Amino acid sequence: MFEFSFLFGQFLGGLTAAMFLFLIASGLSLIFGVLRVLNFAHGSFYMIGAYLAWQFVHSIAPTPEGFWLAALAAALAVALLGGILERTLLRHLYSREELYQLLFTYALVLILGDVAKLAWGTQQLSVSRPPSLAGSSELFGVTIPHYNLFIMLLGPLIAIGFWYILQRTALGRIVRAAALDRETLGALGANVGWVYTGMFMVGSFLAGLGGALVTPIKSIVPGMDVDIIVEAFIVVVIGGLGSFWGTFLGALIYGQVLSFGILIFPRFSIFAVSVLMAAILIVRPWGLLGRPLK
Amino acid sequence: MRRIPWTLVVFIAALAVPFLGSRFYTFVASDIVILSLFAMSLNLLLGYTGLVSFGHAAYFGIGAYTCALLMKSANAPFLPSLLAAGLVAGAFALLFGFFCVRLTRIYFAMLTLAFAQIVWAICFKWNDVTGGEQGLPNVPYPDMAWMGAAPILGNFRVGDHFYLSALTIVALCFAALRRIVDSPFGRVLTVIRDNPERAQFIGVNVRAYQLAAFVVAGFFAGISGGLFGIFNRGVFPDFAFWTKSAEPLIMTILGGMGSFWGPAVGAAAFIVLNQQITSFTEYWPLTMGTVLIVLLFVFPGGIAGTLTAAVARLRVRPKAATPPASAPHMVKPNA
Repeated sequence: MFEFSFLFGQFLGGLTAAMFLFLIASGLSLIFGVLRVLNFAHGSFYMIGAYLAWQFVHSIAPTPEGFWLAALAAALAVALLGGILERTLLRHLYSREELYQLLFTYALVLILGDVAKLAWGTQQLSVSRPPSLAGSSELFGVTIPHYNLFIMLLGPLIAIGFWYILQRTALGRIVRAAALDRETLGALGANVGWVYTGMFMVGSFLAGLGGALVTPIKSIVPGMDVDIIVEAFIVVVIGGLGSFWGTFLGALIYGQVLSFGILIFPRFSIFAVSVLMAAILIVRPWGLLGRPLK
Repeated sequence: MRRIPWTLVVFIAALAVPFLGSRFYTFVASDIVILSLFAMSLNLLLGYTGLVSFGHAAYFGIGAYTCALLMKSANAPFLPSLLAAGLVAGAFALLFGFFCVRLTRIYFAMLTLAFAQIVWAICFKWNDVTGGEQGLPNVPYPDMAWMGAAPILGNFRVGDHFYLSALTIVALCFAALRRIVDSPFGRVLTVIRDNPERAQFIGVNVRAYQLAAFVVAGFFAGISGGLFGIFNRGVFPDFAFWTKSAEPLIMTILGGMGSFWGPAVGAAAFIVLNQQITSFTEYWPLTMGTVLIVLLFVFPGGIAGTLTAAVARLRVRPKAATPPASAPHMVKPNA
């Protein structure tokens, strides 16, 4: 029915999409895992990261390889923004009901969406690929841009890096303890407030980095914030909110279902992932690799 | 001094809006009336049962599509179509709610959001039935010829006629909601909100009650959506998008979820604010976001909560001088 090279091409397309989604969704999942806040503004951070990358490429780093510096600077700036918002506002809502936290992050979506329009207008913006990765290679009859290969490698690298930090270092132990029992960790002398701020910044950094790195592939448009948050949300729900490897698995599944769903039923690929998410929520509300929470 | 029947006063004032003769006032009033039902239906979950649904737009959207499809494609009459909108939305609320009430707190919110996304995806992609991205434009107004023939009403425009129909229907829905929250069933819901474990101990089937509240809320959201589709002269997939689910939440927080009428007050404030702000700046979301943050941090009780607190303070102060019997019963505590 389909040639192998065609299917392989679809697979790689799905894989690239999956690794982008993993970058963004992992931040959402980390923040939820530790802070128990479902951060709607995560998509906005992603969008701000994309706009800032464009800004930095054109202002502070207009050299050919300046893209890398601009992407890093954008991600750091978003992390800083996240840190400030957590420190000044969000932390005061931890003791309140979930509704207040949800509405607060939604208020950020509204505000940041308009701030982006004010600062960068509503026309599409785009960033060209850095020259070092502008080429492409052929593999099994499929042409793969080097930039996509880089993203496919970056995803697993970040996953392994986080796994190592979370599972094998003292810092990771504190973070895992904060996710399990905030009071006890505080009683043991850890500065829980800063652990929360730090995790929120790391999560925001990943959103900003995802946004910055996506710019050579996708154009930057208003509305990318509310679209991506839904996708990231589906990914973390499939994999299990708060579960790092779950998010990785969720992103892989999402990318492939979307990529191959288009072949099977062209119109209903969004529908297919939504149904998959609902099915998982019904059977295992805590996701494929998550743990049930009380 | 007798208690002033505020509900009746507001209803009569609302009935008088078409007499102002302004197309714009009728438009704004229709918007307020229809969306206040959306917000009030959500508050049955939020304020009375303690369930944070972030997917209430699903039932609004289902109602809107059901009513529009019946009226536009099947030429069905208005009232049966609207009733069908509520019933279909309620049926979906039963199906989705069955799974949602098994989860608690944030997981409940997420599953409601997930189901709403499915509804949105169907509306967005099922071109043959829902019109896909383009939605269903040109939903007809109901046949209100009898109003045109009636003595005073005959002079009004068709928009006014629809407004009066919507107002009557929404008022009936509010009366029904009031009966529901004041009934033993409604009391049990508040017990569940305050302490689900204790409710369980005294023999209440918590999930069944939550599911019943979810279905009732879905039904009224469906009615609201059906009315809104006609008012808006078209139904679009955005009606079920996740950002739409935030609107009744904001209205409820704005008005105050601790009181019965709070969400309606919030809907009115939200829409008037929208009209005022969009008339001089396109940055309505920025303004709304800022207002929302101020509300969350400074006035968590919303307009109704803040007013009730202020009135209570005013009533306490002169208490030493005047006997309490003469205190005006203008604001019902716990209303």
